[in-house]
Amino acid sequence: MNRTEKDLNLLKGLSINDKTSIQTIYKENYGLIQNLVTRNSGTEDDARDVFQEAMIVLYEKSRSESFELNCQLRTYLFSVSRRIWLKRLQHQKRFEAPFETMEETVPVEDDLEAHDALGRQYAIMRAAMGRIGEPCKSLLEAFYVHQKSMVEIASFFGYTNADNAKTQKYKCLMRLKKLFFTQFKNTD
Amino acid sequence: MDAHIMLEATVRYLRNEMSDSERRSFEELRKQNPEIDQMVVEQHYFLNQLESFGEMERFKANLHDTHHNLSENGEIKDTVPLGKADVIQLWQRYRRIVGIAASIAGVTALLISGLTAAFGPNAPKKDIEELRRKVNNLEKQSYSQTAAIDAVRNKIDPATPIKFGGTGFLIDGQGYLATSAHVVEDATRIFVQDAKGADYKAEVVLRDNTKDVALLKIIDEDFKPVPFLPYGISRSGTELAEPVFTMGYPKDEIVYGEGYLSSKTGLKGDTLAYQVSLSANPGNSGGPVLNRRGEVIGILNARQTKAEGVVFAVKSKHLLRAVEELRNASQVHPIKTPVQSSIRNLDRIQQVKRIQDHVYMVKVVL
Repeated sequence: MNRTEKDLNLLKGLSINDKTSIQTIYKENYGLIQNLVTRNSGTEDDARDVFQEAMIVLYEKSRSESFELNCQLRTYLFSVSRRIWLKRLQHQKRFEAPFETMEETVPVEDDLEAHDALGRQYAIMRAAMGRIGEPCKSLLEAFYVHQKSMVEIASFFGYTNADNAKTQKYKCLMRLKKLFFTQFKNTD
Repeated sequence: MDAHIMLEATVRYLRNEMSDSERRSFEELRKQNPEIDQMVVEQHYFLNQLESFGEMERFKANLHDTHHNLSENGEIKDTVPLGKADVIQLWQRYRRIVGIAASIAGVTALLISGLTAAFGPNAPKKDIEELRRKVNNLEKQSYSQTAAIDAVRNKIDPATPIKFGGTGFLIDGQGYLATSAHVVEDATRIFVQDAKGADYKAEVVLRDNTKDVALLKIIDEDFKPVPFLPYGISRSGTELAEPVFTMGYPKDEIVYGEGYLSSKTGLKGDTLAYQVSLSANPGNSGGPVLNRRGEVIGILNARQTKAEGVVFAVKSKHLLRAVEELRNASQVHPIKTPVQSSIRNLDRIQQVKRIQDHVYMVKVVL
């Protein structure tokens, strides 16, 4: 398998949240980004944050309809991480001159903009989730994040059967929807 | 029609789960009723958002787990050693400058250590209060009263003056506990008491005052080793705003407290510690700070005296380093710290129930 094919397979895996693909990409690229960040006044924690955000950008890209990757996965991750880290340094006013890297980079501005836009949408949902209160929050998270079945949810939250849990879920969903759109209008 | 039944219908409609006839009548309803049509559009958008939110959360959890596993297996390193080739190359290029730099560095180091000593987080005792509990007279009295009854069970001589108390928690079922160094400062004898009230004799096997970490070993024949600890010790960092909780002994009963991680550094940027927002009292020192997955992320050690609810916790990686130090120094203490939390998916009440048996009160005799 050549490099490009391997990259494409990994990206396919990434787009469906496949653990093995994530692990392979992580293992093969983390060191590079860690070096980039820690050699440019970042800590190990910074490196982890930057790399994981770059992985999210790649994940979003791999799921978008217009997806194509015109360079090596490694180059892409490096370029995104570099942008993210520069931005953070600027934000913290620690930034003096653009640091030099030997690695090749590709333009990633558009992807990062798309990522920021998605981030704002998630923030609205997260805020709505944060305000809905218990047991709704846990119940909806169990269903939509942890993908538990209604039967599992019923037994975990102590509902007599899956139908009762389902009714409760819809009530919670109503509330979340209301909060979501209120939040949505406030942000606009 | 009930609003939530309508919502359920919309969900089934959007997921293509309706029978043909049901679908037709639903579409008819949509056509005739613009309000319902509008609702379906909104619903669609909302559910899409919710589902991709869920997917993103799963992806993030996967990333977090992957990092954790890889760093566990040593496939990625959380500390970066400088490459050898780089160093040699640099050395050849900068040999002359290094000499000058070294002398400057020397002077600076002296200056900084001077400054740190003067202004560092350890110095201004009045700013932070270590949360070791001074056992007051009243409690001492009640000790001697109950001790008369429990003389067999509690091996502490009723006359023994317990001076200070703190909290500790098992990091190895063989009887190794972690606590804060200041809790066991100047101790001549140490007893640890479990949640059921049984006392065990313990001794300090390692004390690191700069990190404020101490490791204790229970040296009591009555102690039964625990085969399995429910919580893990976190190897990786943690996130700002992550919900955390702690358990400890600010009084004679175990007390639970919860809050969130408010800063990745401690007092005045101290990188050894996290800042945590939760209410803690003297006696909480040395207690575990856990995240919602049931992983120990730090050891609670002090609070800011001027601000209520601001406490500091030594990062778990320093605890792990201390353990490693001890393991490397001698073969006598083959400590194995728990890696995986087995309670990550339980709710808080169940988590606490499982953890509390492994959190001990540390009693110190000066």
